[in-house]
Amino acid sequence: MPAPDGDPMPDDPTRAEPTRADPMPGLVGEATRGRPIDAGTIEMAAVETGPEVRRLRKKGLGIAAWLSIGWIALVVGLAILAPVLPLDDPKASITDIARRGPFADAGSAPGHLLGGDFNGRDMLSRLIWGGRTTLLVATSAVIIGFVLGGILGLLGGYFRGKVDVVVSLLLDVFLAIPAVILALALVTILRTQPGTSGGGLDPEVALILALGLVSIPVLGRITRASTLSWSQREFVLAARAQGAKHRRILWREVLPNVLPAMMSIALLGIAVAIVSEGTLAILGASVETDTPTWGNMIAIGRINLQRAPHIVFEPALMIFFTVLALNMLGDVVRSKLDVREGAL
Amino acid sequence: MGLIARRLAQLVVVVILSTLFAFALLRLFPGDAADAVIPYGTAAQKAKFRADTGLDQPFFQQYATWLGNLAQGDFGKDYQSNTPVADKLQTALPVSLQLMLYAQIMALVVAIPLGVLTAYRAGTKSDRAINAGAFALLALPSFVLALALAYWVGVKWHPDIPLLGQVPVSGYEPGWLEAVFGAPTGDLGKHFATMLLPSVALAAGLVAVYMRLLRSDMIATLQENYITMARSKGLSDGHILWRHALRPSSLTLLTVAGLNFGTLVGGAVAVEVIFQIPGIGTLIYQAINARQLVELQSYIAIIAIGYVLINFVIDALYVVLDPRIRRARA
Repeated sequence: MPAPDGDPMPDDPTRAEPTRADPMPGLVGEATRGRPIDAGTIEMAAVETGPEVRRLRKKGLGIAAWLSIGWIALVVGLAILAPVLPLDDPKASITDIARRGPFADAGSAPGHLLGGDFNGRDMLSRLIWGGRTTLLVATSAVIIGFVLGGILGLLGGYFRGKVDVVVSLLLDVFLAIPAVILALALVTILRTQPGTSGGGLDPEVALILALGLVSIPVLGRITRASTLSWSQREFVLAARAQGAKHRRILWREVLPNVLPAMMSIALLGIAVAIVSEGTLAILGASVETDTPTWGNMIAIGRINLQRAPHIVFEPALMIFFTVLALNMLGDVVRSKLDVREGAL
Repeated sequence: MGLIARRLAQLVVVVILSTLFAFALLRLFPGDAADAVIPYGTAAQKAKFRADTGLDQPFFQQYATWLGNLAQGDFGKDYQSNTPVADKLQTALPVSLQLMLYAQIMALVVAIPLGVLTAYRAGTKSDRAINAGAFALLALPSFVLALALAYWVGVKWHPDIPLLGQVPVSGYEPGWLEAVFGAPTGDLGKHFATMLLPSVALAAGLVAVYMRLLRSDMIATLQENYITMARSKGLSDGHILWRHALRPSSLTLLTVAGLNFGTLVGGAVAVEVIFQIPGIGTLIYQAINARQLVELQSYIAIIAIGYVLINFVIDALYVVLDPRIRRARA
């Protein structure tokens, strides 16, 4: 049996060459040998890597990483520039292009490269405007999770003891309710005003809050695990010996080291939020069906799946490529900065 | 059995807090829940609703009553159709459980051989190709795959391709698990046919997660001394991989499979709605659209309890799977 290559980044499909035998194989496996395993142990293992591994890491980014950066830049750029681009009104109907497929014969209404939806609204314009809302919602949500989860994780991992027990319990309770179900319930509650069918919070704000709250536990747990290991390092001890206050140590010594792990999970978090928006849209719980988002476009296009599949599959492809690119970048950040996702 | 006892205590705390959370969540609802649940009810009906659900009592008393009822199998009722939630669960719970079970089995059956193969062939072309495929699968949300399957199987292939074209893309036929819940069972052949596409849609993303995990743990295991030992004894590669390396490598996989239950429930909601499968997901969807808060909080509580229980069982399973943990306890 050929000795399997010790592989410092076994998850990385972009790696060009197999590396030689790894002096510190199996980060997760090694760290958990002979110990009862729970999610905590795995997360601990996720942030424990040695200098040997770092030495073997390839410099520079692969093609896939550059393609991902390019795609994200394109999508974000279009989303930001949407108001100044010469696009059709995403809500205006043009009868001639109703259900027209992409790249179809121009006929009486030229242009409209990606066709129209069942109401004759220009797909290209809706994809760009939809991307604007989807990305705005997903990013804002993850910022909420990043800040709140980050604070909880830092406090729990740094102070340990009772604080940690409370933080871990809180995150466990949050995790006990599946994210999509929790988000669904939150959106419903936040958007509704009693006695009326609408009212309540602005649907976009409700969606951001709901998706933000459900992203807290994931970011909280990785921050806690990472803080736990960094807080035991010598420079933290040195800072404390010099009489630095907790706030200063947390802010100046621990946080900068924990940030990369948080960033890589945040990138994945944005991808997860984009998918969640789509799932909620299918269930009729995204923003108003009137406002284009990638999820909403899929949800309303579903009715015409048989006659005009492009209405569903164009936004579906946008979701797929964007999530793929974000996953890829998350992986790159993780491999560059010695973080592993572990069992999140 | 210190480990199990500690886990059990933790379990109780998480169950109490998460049900409290589910309960508080819907009490946070702005204004009077009676207006939301029975918007067209008369003042007397609303007063009766408040008395029935204990809305006129102090918060913790309400919670205690509700939890007590829950423990006795009284999950409240759907005030729109006036059906007890327990009756709905009786038919819907087996549907969702079977769906998730099939998805998990399908995912593991595909992921385990792929994980073992890619670990054995780590660094080769086939390893990289399979990994790239798995990476792409990770980016494919289950609702997108569900819609793609519904389109290709239901529309594109429908009359032309003999077997696959006949797979139903909507509807449900009861299976075997219904018997346990005292609900009517159905034709098993039809049951599997209706469950095929929804299970595939749910399983695909899991395959990628499981395969990558098993691969990286397996690579670590294959570096262990006892593997070298087994190899030097002249045991075959297949024997070493499957008999010596797989079991110690499967612990993380097991944890994640358990943790994934939550993701699976979330994904199942959309998939059930797309394929019109009358499971818990569909019930939740309907409860939310009809603003049936009492019903909704029961579903959330049941899912939370189920999730915590599954993770407890998995922790206990470790003791069985890895003798080193057993010895460490003794």
